Amino acid sequence: MALKIVKGSIDRMFDKNLQDLVRGIRNHKEDEAKYISTCIDEIKQELKQDNIAVKANAVCKLTYLQMLGYDVSWAAFNIVEVMSSSKFTYKRIGYLAASQCFHESTDVIMLTTNQIRKDLSSPNQYDTGVALTGLSCFVTPDLARDLANDIMTLMSHTKPYIRKKAVLIMYKVFLKYPESLRPAFPRLKEKLEDPDPGVQSAAVNVICELARRNPKNYLSLAPLFFKLMTSSTNNWVLIKIIKLFGALTPLEPRLVYSCVHVVKYLGLLAMSKILKTHPKSVQSHKDLILQCLDDKDESIRLRALDLLYGMVSKKNLMEIVKKLMLHVDKAEGTTYRDELLTKIIDICSQSNYQYITNFEWYISILVELTRLEGTRHGHLIASQMLDVAIRVKAIRAFAVAQMATLLDNAHLLTGNMQRNGICEVLYAAAWICGEFSEHLENPMQTLEAMLRPKVATLPGHIQAVYVQNAAKLFATVLKSQEGNTDSTAAQETSQLMIDRLPLFVQSANLEVQERASCILQLVKYIQKLQQKDVEIAEEVNALFAGELNPVAPKAQKKVPVPEGLDLDAWINEPPSESESEDEQPKAIFAKEEPKHSRPRHTEVDEKELARRREARKQEQANNPFYIKASPSSQKVYQDTPGVEHIPVVQIDLSVPLKVPGLPMSDQYVKLEEERRQKERAEKKKKEKKKRKEKRSGRGKKHDSGPESEEDITPAHQVDIVTEEMPEVNSLDILYFVPLADSEKLPVRSHRETPKSPAEDGDTENAALQEPKKKSTKEKREKKKDKDRDRKVYDIQGNLQDGSQVVVSVIFENKGDSFLKSMEFNVLDSLNSKLQRPDGSGPHDGLTVPFQLPPGVSNEARFVFTVQSIIMPQKLKGTLTFIVKNEDSSTHEKLDFKLHFTCTSYLITTPCYSDAFAKLLESGDLKGSSVRLEGVNMPFHHLLARICFHHHFSVVERIDSCASMYSRSIQGHHVCLLVKTSGQTVSIDAKCDEPTLLGNVLDEIKQTFSQC
Amino acid sequence: MMRFLLLFSRQGKLRLQKWFTPMSEREKKKIIRDMTTMVLSRQPRSCNFLHWKDLKIIYKRYASLYFCLAIENQENELLALEVIHRYVELLDKYFGNVCELDIIFNFEKAYFILDEFLMGGEIQETSKQIVNRCIESSDMLQETMEEYMSKPAF
Repeated sequence: MALKIVKGSIDRMFDKNLQDLVRGIRNHKEDEAKYISTCIDEIKQELKQDNIAVKANAVCKLTYLQMLGYDVSWAAFNIVEVMSSSKFTYKRIGYLAASQCFHESTDVIMLTTNQIRKDLSSPNQYDTGVALTGLSCFVTPDLARDLANDIMTLMSHTKPYIRKKAVLIMYKVFLKYPESLRPAFPRLKEKLEDPDPGVQSAAVNVICELARRNPKNYLSLAPLFFKLMTSSTNNWVLIKIIKLFGALTPLEPRLVYSCVHVVKYLGLLAMSKILKTHPKSVQSHKDLILQCLDDKDESIRLRALDLLYGMVSKKNLMEIVKKLMLHVDKAEGTTYRDELLTKIIDICSQSNYQYITNFEWYISILVELTRLEGTRHGHLIASQMLDVAIRVKAIRAFAVAQMATLLDNAHLLTGNMQRNGICEVLYAAAWICGEFSEHLENPMQTLEAMLRPKVATLPGHIQAVYVQNAAKLFATVLKSQEGNTDSTAAQETSQLMIDRLPLFVQSANLEVQERASCILQLVKYIQKLQQKDVEIAEEVNALFAGELNPVAPKAQKKVPVPEGLDLDAWINEPPSESESEDEQPKAIFAKEEPKHSRPRHTEVDEKELARRREARKQEQANNPFYIKASPSSQKVYQDTPGVEHIPVVQIDLSVPLKVPGLPMSDQYVKLEEERRQKERAEKKKKEKKKRKEKRSGRGKKHDSGPESEEDITPAHQVDIVTEEMPEVNSLDILYFVPLADSEKLPVRSHRETPKSPAEDGDTENAALQEPKKKSTKEKREKKKDKDRDRKVYDIQGNLQDGSQVVVSVIFENKGDSFLKSMEFNVLDSLNSKLQRPDGSGPHDGLTVPFQLPPGVSNEARFVFTVQSIIMPQKLKGTLTFIVKNEDSSTHEKLDFKLHFTCTSYLITTPCYSDAFAKLLESGDLKGSSVRLEGVNMPFHHLLARICFHHHFSVVERIDSCASMYSRSIQGHHVCLLVKTSGQTVSIDAKCDEPTLLGNVLDEIKQTFSQC
Repeated sequence: MMRFLLLFSRQGKLRLQKWFTPMSEREKKKIIRDMTTMVLSRQPRSCNFLHWKDLKIIYKRYASLYFCLAIENQENELLALEVIHRYVELLDKYFGNVCELDIIFNFEKAYFILDEFLMGGEIQETSKQIVNRCIESSDMLQETMEEYMSKPAF
């Protein structure tokens, strides 16, 4: 805490001076040169002082002037002085000034050698840091020679912070003092493998620079750099290394490859990102990408493959696949080949074979792919074959023919069974041949092929399919053969089955065994019938009648519910509602119900939220100009629902409002959510709002920003129409009524100040906090953003002791711009002074400790000391702040008046009637009276009004007469006797301080004249 | 390596200058004049790169400020753009929604941040976190010093 205060005060003491200079220059645009020459004179005076703090401040200002183009070389010696300060604060400024102003011909540089050496060996790493930083800007050959050793030592410093700086500055040293290179180089090389990435990249940078000047000597480092290039994840370093290789390649052509590769890789990676958003532009580079498939580097080829996936169209699919097939043939490593294979299939099958115009072609591609040896993706090919054959009816004849060939040549595929995943395709081939056997040209041959003994070496599940489909084929063959007159052919076929099937019956695979034995028995039976010359084919075929159709996942829904079937009806008696179970389902149900409706809303909201968050992120990512206050966040702020009531409701709390300067957008999104829920409930109001919104065109315009969303508009105007919003009143919010003249007291709608239980009437026991005053001003920015930047000040004070007044100010940003760096300042009077931290001058402003995004308000408190409270006071003040817009920032100020009324020094203090009587009797009090005419309100309202606005409490009330009491912060007693008759109210008052009394009465009068 | 970094407003007012190689005031002034006229006369939708003498000038406008970085010919332009952007990010982080006036009124802080990020015309630290941490701890050091200074001895 203490540190904060001290920091604040010192900052103010010095920064202010610099800031004064900056501000002064800005305010003297016409006669800048003249103003600056007076400033320089002042600075010269300051530099003559012994105080190092003053000197440092002067040097800091000089640095600024130097930037504006003024010659400050005369102060070089003073800069050295400040550099030599033992305090980091000043040293930092000194080195900064030196790095800005010194150059080789600055003669005082030679004076600095020892100081710099001292700083380099400072135990404080930041001392060393600033020295190195400064040195990097003004190192001369002499300094380089003298300090080379020290810097070299620092390259092995324990702190990476120092190491990286030392490494970087070494380059400058080499330039100025080339002799140092040889002894320093081994250490520099070492740093390429420093554990700290910062040091590593510094070393890379330096060596890159060196190599550029003299590549020959650095060839030996190529392997090391190559290692770095492959291992580093830091793009900044990667680019540097590529550049370095660029410098080395003329000497070592082999390096070209590695460089080109990295670039190619990065390029392809970038393209794949572009592809997602702009597919067309990438497609035009198809040939280039296809070329990359020929690249030696596998990772580049894989990247290119990724790209191809997104590039295909109906037109180029065949061409691309053809190219890929060539690569499949050429590819050596199985990984890459497998990758190619899956990519081919992916590319062809994407979005339901959208790009395939000719399925015969696709089938032949698939068949070609089966020639791949040792691929793991047999099942993939198989499933594609099945899928296409089933779904594309026209292709079946062709497919079956191809599959039959496959089956015939199965031995080619299954050359090496164990490691061969390709045999999976036989599964598909067998099934297709069996299922669509009517398309087979020579079913007998295929049947024969399927029953070869070699089949038994295939995996079990394939054998099973073989057996099953052999049966199907058998049925087909029978059918064709039965038409012939010669029945022996049919019998031979049966015999073939009976001969071959036992092989499968012996299979270790249960599935195969079962099917085989089943079918074997069937065929035996058929054979028996055949021998009796029974026409059997028809019946056998009936076994496999009907076509298998692919079923869409959603097909079930399309099946109509048969008439007369009530799916909701109980089939059995509903379970009896037993007592114990009776409760539970109900409870569940009760819970369920809200859940039912709720999640739906939240779900929508969450989706919406996610979407917006995504949109925002994307916007940020895509927007390199994100220094601007992003329009989206602004909007969210403005959407904040209860902005109109946040500030005021909580005024009475003594804790500052918890509206952080930079709120998390999530928070606002939540608020937004709430708001919308509220809105849903109040549809009418929403419509009203909408109407209002239409009225104001500006909101609309703002809304049409890049990511304007359908239904987030309503709240948009909340901050602008606040005053007219009916809700403000209905919510019973204390809200200020804008006053034309701040001298008038505002009308208060309510106040809930916790009354202190000071029943004894003891003056010392003052109420802890009491509203002091409240005045409202609403002002507009003068300049162009007249309407956009309104701020409302709700100023109100709290009394703490006899001389201290706390004023809480609510700052509300009613415009669209971001406000920051607010400074609150008040012109003190003799009587009232703004309390400023120690060390700051009497005219310094106080920094408001937060920033204000649009639509946000926050509260700051300022303490005033007041000497005499018997007179009302008006203090003039200024608020300065930076308005930050889309593309500019301006410094603005806002003048205001703080009105300390006498009433505000009064504290509501309860008093008993006997104590009251005693007080009046004491005779210490002086009297005064006032008459109010035309007061048209019930008496109790009148009393309430006095109590509320002027902090009195009613002691006693009899009919149309009441006694009231209050006490000031400095212990003055104020007693009132209020009488009413008709519309006239007379107030007799007594107080130990007549001036105070007179003022209080005036204020009371004013209150009533307003109504 | 980088040669210099200039920040200037749309009106051509210089807001920050960093020279990575020592240069005489005369040279500096001439360069500043050349840069501002060159960059400010660029059409709004033109590219961010310029050639000037043997240097490449990379500039980018952020709100009302132009960031103008001069690099040697072999250097990568995109990397330079990235350097500018990273610096803006660092400023933004430090000042919180940085604007031109922050840099005007706290120009020394802007320099301190730059000195932690770049040094001698090379990138010193690519990690935003590390730069921020260094600035924070230096600032802390400054604060404790000031606290110390405000004791009676001062």
